[in-house]
Amino acid sequence: MIGKFTLSAIAALGLAAPAIAAGGAGHVEDFEFSFEGPFGTYDEMQLQRGLKIYTEVCSACHGLQYVPLRTIGDEGGPRLPKEQVRAYAQFWEVFDEELDDFRAAKPQDHFPGSADENAPDLSLMAKARAGFHGPYGSGLSQFFRGMGGPEYIASLIAGYTGKEKEEAGSIFYENTAFSGGWISMAPPLEDGLVEFDDESPNDVRAMSQDVAAFLMWAAEPKLNSRKEDGFVAVLFLIILSVLLYLSNKRLWSPIKRRGTDDV
Amino acid sequence: MAGIPHDSYEPSTRAESWLHRRLPVLSLVYDTLMIPTPKNLNWMWIWGIVLSFCLGLQIVTGIVLAMHYTPHVDLAFASIEHIMRNVNAGHMIRYVHMNGAALFFIAVYAHIFRGLYYGSYKEPREVTWIIGILIFVLMMGTAFMGYVLPWGQMSFWGATVITGLFGAIPFIGEPIQTWLLGGPAVENATLNRFFSLHYLLPFIIAGLVVVHIWAFHTTGNSNPTGVEVRRGTREEAKKDTVSFWPYYIVKDLFALAVILAAFFAVVGFMPNYLGHPDNYIEANPLVTPAHIVPEWYFLPFYAILRAFTGEVWVVQLASFLTGGIIDAKFFGVIAMFGSIVVLALAPWLDTSSVRSGRYRPMLKWWFWLLVIDFLVLMWLGAQPAEEPYATFALIASAYWFFYFLIILPLLGVIEKPLPRPDTIEKDFDDHYPPDGGASTKSVAAE
Repeated sequence: MIGKFTLSAIAALGLAAPAIAAGGAGHVEDFEFSFEGPFGTYDEMQLQRGLKIYTEVCSACHGLQYVPLRTIGDEGGPRLPKEQVRAYAQFWEVFDEELDDFRAAKPQDHFPGSADENAPDLSLMAKARAGFHGPYGSGLSQFFRGMGGPEYIASLIAGYTGKEKEEAGSIFYENTAFSGGWISMAPPLEDGLVEFDDESPNDVRAMSQDVAAFLMWAAEPKLNSRKEDGFVAVLFLIILSVLLYLSNKRLWSPIKRRGTDDV
Repeated sequence: MAGIPHDSYEPSTRAESWLHRRLPVLSLVYDTLMIPTPKNLNWMWIWGIVLSFCLGLQIVTGIVLAMHYTPHVDLAFASIEHIMRNVNAGHMIRYVHMNGAALFFIAVYAHIFRGLYYGSYKEPREVTWIIGILIFVLMMGTAFMGYVLPWGQMSFWGATVITGLFGAIPFIGEPIQTWLLGGPAVENATLNRFFSLHYLLPFIIAGLVVVHIWAFHTTGNSNPTGVEVRRGTREEAKKDTVSFWPYYIVKDLFALAVILAAFFAVVGFMPNYLGHPDNYIEANPLVTPAHIVPEWYFLPFYAILRAFTGEVWVVQLASFLTGGIIDAKFFGVIAMFGSIVVLALAPWLDTSSVRSGRYRPMLKWWFWLLVIDFLVLMWLGAQPAEEPYATFALIASAYWFFYFLIILPLLGVIEKPLPRPDTIEKDFDDHYPPDGGASTKSVAAE
């Protein structure tokens, strides 16, 4: 999302070859996310919707073992109020080694890991599925269009065709984003499956983007502050560069004009 | 310490005199900073400062990271996530360290190719060059071991593939590999020793950097003309040089600031762009990734390693002549290490009496072809080992050796160099005419 201009410029140059997923076969759609580009930040409301979808749907099988529960109250995250964070944490059960038993989770605990051992943990999935897109392994579409893990996740969840097949006793579902085209995860979402208090759209396409955004936050919770730091650092260094450029120019000017022997 | 005549340090206060009689450390600092430096250095002479900065940056961020990192196969991956999520500014420190390695290699490649073009490696700077190549090799070792520490999929499988290279050495390979890994495969012992060495090697590099600087402060800097600074008298030398402080320090700091602006744009806005996504999946010895790809800065050498398959006649010949001791795998390993050995031997392979590529009409072409060759190898290293990439990789690898083993010795004989300026002063005056200030408006900065 560096800009529509760049995008069209690249398209005009014929570099915008269709993006290919990491595996090499699937099609990844270039969804628009609020956090793309140097100034993009997470959309709090979208992260809250994503959290709800994760809690009600994904967490049945998947986990988020590296994500501390308290961070859903953090700035630059879903930013739930303190009481809600505490109440939300209690929704989960964690194993306490001291008690040698399960107990309700507290905000300082992490999300539980995957409930189903065949379902991978999702903590870092948005970064692990970032791919390195073409054309020709150059990474240009990633650079100019911000194509990455969230696009892949949203494409995958919205990419079911409805066809299924049985192979060696397991059912596989056809998916346009998954490399190889057949995935063992059943379509997790259907239109209207999760309802939002503010009546945001809850069709599969909208929800797949919400949950992809949430998983991006789970993988990269410090994205907002990182971009701010980067911006300040770049700005400072540009000012410093200008000052050093002028100093250098003045310093050398007697030499370059053939300074005298007293240099 | 420099061979160029220059003013030497005189203690100016009583305290300085007191210290100088006992330990001439201020004299050392003075001589290092005030060294007469050719005044015609161009922008390709800035990389030394960038590299020194990178080494400092990596050591400082690395020490902080080591305070929070746990070198254990069950805990390493989680401890990185702990750094990313819970340690104050941990995510920035780690991203700076990660991308700092990339900047380090961009700078070192620019620095090496600068040396190749301007003949910086030639007499009397061979020792500077050799030490430099040693630093480069240690950098690669350090970066490789550092990449293993997060214990992601690429960490693990990269370590497996690269340490496997040692296993390709006939007879003694396997014991060496086991010794390096601390066991039959990449496991906890490997991670522990890599952590230990990853912490140690930067300090050895720092020591070698001092020797590197010492060596070229003894011979004096090279410069774009390759013409030596006149050393007859102090006055003559002064006409060819300026002191390092402030002229080059300010210039270099300006260049560094510009480079860092770009660097922090990468750290702030796309910190994972250069890394492999698979390294955000915890290492799993039971699942091999579809493509095992090293970090970008190793790709040219990785391409050379893979280029020599059993179908190449050179490999078949080597295998036949040695009765099968040199097989394709071992040949690849020899080629990869050989590609760095020929680089190290450049001072003796290059027979031309002219240093700078600026006055070598034929070398120029071959040199730029080598630069392109290096970039092509980098791209090929990331491609799957199949046609047409395999053929390209073979041609590109062959050119690398062709340049060092054939072109460099041959050009010295057949090439007719262009006329060179007699002095550095003359070269400088050609760029900045002595009366240039008179004709253009000369308003001195206030």
